[in-house]
Amino acid sequence: MATSWPSSRRSAGVDRVIDVRLLTAPFNPGAFVGPFTHAHPGLGGVCTFVGEVRSGGGVEALELRHYEPLTLPGMETLAERSVARFGLMGIMILHRTGLLHPGEPIVCVSAAARHRRGAIDAVDFAMDHLKSDSWFWKREKTAAGWCWIEPRTQDHDDLARWGHFRIGAD
Amino acid sequence: MATLLFLGRLEDIAGAPELTVPGGTIEQVLAALDPALAVELLGERVRMALNGRILAERGGIVIADGDELAFLPPVSGG
Repeated sequence: MATSWPSSRRSAGVDRVIDVRLLTAPFNPGAFVGPFTHAHPGLGGVCTFVGEVRSGGGVEALELRHYEPLTLPGMETLAERSVARFGLMGIMILHRTGLLHPGEPIVCVSAAARHRRGAIDAVDFAMDHLKSDSWFWKREKTAAGWCWIEPRTQDHDDLARWGHFRIGAD
Repeated sequence: MATLLFLGRLEDIAGAPELTVPGGTIEQVLAALDPALAVELLGERVRMALNGRILAERGGIVIADGDELAFLPPVSGG
């Protein structure tokens, strides 16, 4: 099982669960999604997205770096905003740091709601902000060596879909 | 002494993830570094965090012994 910083907690509302973790080792998303789902009796739907390190393009490895004092608090703010904005019963955000290889899960977002639309939209919202407005820096290793990944225009277009909410890392 | 942290590509430019330097104003701290590195650290899109808090303004900030000043380039995205 992957080690993690214990940031899981129940928020003020009795029925809402916010579970946000940075994981430093490979993880099995299903092992987290099952308990998260069971924590929400009476839900109408759960939407889960799992992102993995893409194969191909000559990428041999990916390294994710973060800045401890900002990264986890930023993810927690994003989780709380997602719950409030989409009326969720709960949200789980898991994100890897460290060295990853193609095929390994890098991120898992799961949202539980009374109705499907909120759960689906919340996952889309959280993913756009995790990708381009959270404190992570990535570098790829190819045959040519390590290279830092720069921001893309597409990331800002993705964020613009959601109006003015920002964590502040973009 | 204070610690400077370099995130993302700034680590490559600095040649290390962190440096230990004497305290002072941000201007004094940067003036003591390799000019090529200082120019990058002053880039318009580089944010600074002092002891884990983002600095809204750089002017007038003094780095004391034991402080940690982090330089944060734009995040990587997709």
